[in-house]
This record gives sequence, structure tokens and C-alpha cells, in this order.
Amino acid sequence: MRTGTFLIAAALVGLAIVVLTRIFFTNEYFFFAAYVVLQYIVLSTAWNILGGYTGYINFGTGAFFAIGAYSSAVLHKLPALLKTFDILIPAVPLPVMIVVGGIVSGIVGLGTGYLTLRLRGVFFAIATLALSVVVQTLIVNWDYVGGSRGIYIIRPAQAPLGGGYIQYLYTLMMALSVISVCIARWIERSRLGLGFAAIRDDELAAEAGGVPTLRLKLIATTLSGALMGMAGAPLPYYVTYLDPGSSFNLAYAVNSVAMPVIGGMTSWVGPIIGAVILGTIQQLATVTISSALNLLIVGVLLILFVIIAPNGIMGLISARQRRRAAIIEAAVQQRQAAA
Amino acid sequence: MSAAQTAAAPLLAVSGLGKRFGGFVALENIDLTIAEGERVGLIGPNGSGKSTLVNCLCGTLRNETGSVLFDGRPLDGLIAHERTRLGLARSFQLPKPFHTLNLIDNLRVPLLYTVNARPGHSLSDTDVRARCEELLQAVALADKARRLPRDLTQVEMRKLELARAVATEPRLLFADEAMAGLSPSEVEEIIAVLLRLNQQGITIVLIEHIMRAVMSFSTRLLVLVAGQKIADGLPQEVMRNPEVERAYLGE
Repeated sequence: MRTGTFLIAAALVGLAIVVLTRIFFTNEYFFFAAYVVLQYIVLSTAWNILGGYTGYINFGTGAFFAIGAYSSAVLHKLPALLKTFDILIPAVPLPVMIVVGGIVSGIVGLGTGYLTLRLRGVFFAIATLALSVVVQTLIVNWDYVGGSRGIYIIRPAQAPLGGGYIQYLYTLMMALSVISVCIARWIERSRLGLGFAAIRDDELAAEAGGVPTLRLKLIATTLSGALMGMAGAPLPYYVTYLDPGSSFNLAYAVNSVAMPVIGGMTSWVGPIIGAVILGTIQQLATVTISSALNLLIVGVLLILFVIIAPNGIMGLISARQRRRAAIIEAAVQQRQAAA
Repeated sequence: MSAAQTAAAPLLAVSGLGKRFGGFVALENIDLTIAEGERVGLIGPNGSGKSTLVNCLCGTLRNETGSVLFDGRPLDGLIAHERTRLGLARSFQLPKPFHTLNLIDNLRVPLLYTVNARPGHSLSDTDVRARCEELLQAVALADKARRLPRDLTQVEMRKLELARAVATEPRLLFADEAMAGLSPSEVEEIIAVLLRLNQQGITIVLIEHIMRAVMSFSTRLLVLVAGQKIADGLPQEVMRNPEVERAYLGE
């Protein structure tokens, strides 16, 4: 399927899901839970662009996500700040905040990439972990966005697109999911994706084949960071109280690694499967057992998959297909030999 | 110097190249020239700096001293992929296939990133497809086009490595131990491939330990010992050189 066709198909599927759920589910909690699952589709797809396609493991998802969230917090307070200088601007609409959050996180991704991409393997992963700590420290000490106290965000009274505000957030997150999945799939089938795969498999050989590895890796960190920031931008309106403790939560980093690993890292489908399965299990566990159980579930599933199916669910499926193809091929050869 | 070398400017001219790793001098003051169309054998004992030299020339490592001219153009400061695009290709001592990509995609990488990146070139999807088939055919791997590298035998892996280097349409190819660990008949196969490439106009530098292969392939021999060039000339003459004998056979 061509990228344009896929984009239309994905948008229609997203739209259909939004319309149907908004008709059939009246319970607000459904949208709260579904928002989180969709947010993880965006985060794990974004993580996979760098981690799965180019093979650079990023433990700094929390930082990019929080940068998106805090840039929204700043934009939320901006009209009040400007008013003290007698400049009057209307409240910034959420879609604009998402774009700005994406740009800010993308720039941070580009900068981080430039500083750290000379490091390979585990050293890159450690550097991204350090990034989270640095960004969190900066936010904690930035009083304008509440510092360590956190900041209250009051939602607008009116939600666009009808329905409650949570339905609006859910619809926006669905749109982001569609966009990020389309970007991931486009990359996979383009020259860029081929270059990413070459970098993942062998960076020296990629260079020898003419692949400008540094430039491609910077594209990957920028795109990945931007999508994570976009996923974080609506967070202040989702939680209505934003604080460093929750926005830099370790769960974001762990989940966005675990989901592609469980679903499969080499294709755009993997992160979706991982996010839907893991995200749903976590939401169910939160309601039925306890919210503290979430990370335990992730940990256990992650260990199981790393041991039993290191290529994730998609890896299991494609291995099965390859075995079948081999059996068919053998049968054909046998028949030809007999004839 | 042969007539060909003096007549035209050399394809590759290295002067005063030096590389150290900490206190260890890996290469010292290497001067050499390679003319268009030559088949040069680069030999030397283990650890004499052959692969380091290739790595410096191809931009994988940075040499601290000296300069390299390729087709009259200085290469200093260019990174590996830029040198590849200028027409300098290499195969690796240990094959480094893209192991999650099938053979076609392995070759698409250099076609899309090197050949198509050169000004005035733009292969369409069908051109790229056809070129991949052609390259695989040339090394007798066409029937494994859709397989992954892990399904290949050792000799096939070496052929893929060469095909991927050749896909960049190089003017100069460094074949770094393309035959290590192969049986005599497989060595013949690889030599045949290399000779054919040379006939097509690619200048080849062969780094090799198998002397029979080197002697039958090369028109000139370069000998490195402990990071220094100790001999450079016609293969038979070089092999009679007492210094070379001493390096290889001992006192």
C-alpha cells in the first residue's frame, strides 16, 4: 500500500474508532484509560524509530515527554504573563501546544543526538538516562512552571468537537497515534529506513556503503524526540496537576522500551501491539488490583519476552511464516526432483 | 616505476602517512602510489598494519600525519561515506553483512546511498532492482536474493561482501582478506571474480595472506612490516628481496 493510501486508511480507522467509542461509551473512565493506551502507542512508536530502526537504546523517554508537557504548561501561563506587559493574546489552543511541544522536544533530541551519538551501545543508553536527570533537575528548579511543587492547570470550560474535555484529549491522542504510526511506516519503506537498518546492523559497513550515519542518526533522534514531546504536550490538561514526580515517571521510559520489545522492534506494527497489550493490561490491573502492580507486570512480561521471544510477537509471526515458506520450498523442490 | 605510473597522475597517492594508537606506532611514514587499472597485492605479517592502512585510506580511522590524494583530490578530513561516494570502496576482513536485510536490500544500501547520491545519477526503483539482480548474478548468488545473510556459506558471505563493495561502482577497491578461511577451489572462485572486476576497469588492492593467491593475482606487491613499507615492486622481485624473506621466514 502506498504511503498516501495508508495515511487515508489509518485516518479513517482512527476516525471510526473515535466515533464508535464516543457513541457507545458514556463512562468517562473509558476515555481516561484509552487516552493512556493511545499515548503509549505514540511513545513506543517514537521510541522505536530510534531504538528499533537504528538500534540506539534511549532511556530518556521521560525527559522528552516531560519537555512536551512543560512547554504546554509555559504556553498555558503565557497569556497571563504577557498581560502584565499589556500585551493581550487569547489562550493558546491545545493543537498549537502539541506542535510547539514537538518542536521543542525535537530540538532537544537533535542537540542530545549531536552530543551523544558518537557514543555507542550501552554508553548512549547511559547518556540518555543522564539527560532525564538533567532535565528533571532543571524543571524542579524552575519556579515559573511550579518547580518541585508542581502546577495546577485549569481546563477550558468548553471542549471543542462536542462532548467532555477528556473525549477531546482522547480524540487528539488518536490523531497523534495515526500520525506517528504513518511516519514510522513511511520511514520503514523509504530510503531512510533502509539506511537506519544498515546502521542498526553494522555501522562501519553502513559508512562503507555510503550511508551518512551521523546525519541519519540525528534525523532519528529529532523525529523520535519530537513525537515524544507531542505525546507529552496534552498531559497538563489530562492530569490538571503537573509535577516533576509524575511527568518524569520512570514508567514512561520503561514502558516505551518494553512495548516495542514485546510487540517486535523491526516493524511499525510491533509497538502498536505492545502498547495495546501492555497498556490495556496495566489499565485493567490499576482498576482491579492496584496501581503499584503496573511496573511489576511490565518487568515480568519483559523478562519472559526477552527469554522466549526476543524478536517480540511480530518476530514469532514472521518466524512461523519463514518456516512455512521453507517447508513449501522443500516440497516444490522434491516434486521437481521426482518429475 | 612502470611506464603507466609515470605517464598519468596516479589514482591514489599516499605520502608520509602515519598512525599511532597511544604509544604504539601502527603506521610510520608510508609513501605509495597506485595507478589506474593496477592489481596490487598488499602483504605483511599479522599486525604489520595492513588493515590499519586500509582503515586510514577509507576514512574509518584518522591518520595523524601524511596526506592522501585520490584522483588528484585530497581526502584529508573526509569521512568514510564521502570517500565511498568519491569511488573508494572496501570489503571487510570479517564479512559485515546487514544481517536483518535480505541480499537484495544489502545491495540496495550502496546503490541508494552511494550511486544515487552522486550528482547526475538517479536510478529508478526498477533500475535498482535490475542492478541488484545483475550484481548477485555476477557472484552466483542470484538464487538466494531473498535469503538473509545467515543462510549463506562462508564463501557466499565473502562474495556478498565483494558484491556490496562493487555496488558502489568504485574506481579503487580494497579487498581486505577476501579469501581468509576458504578452500583452494573457493579461493580460485574469488580470484576469478576479482580479475573480472579488474578487467571492467576497477583498480584493486588485495590484502591477503594466501601467497599463491597474491602471486597469481597481483601485478605489483607492497610489503608492510611493523608499520613500515619495506618493499614495493614486481611480485617476483619483491619475493627475492632479502628483507621480505627475513620478515616472513625469520633469520
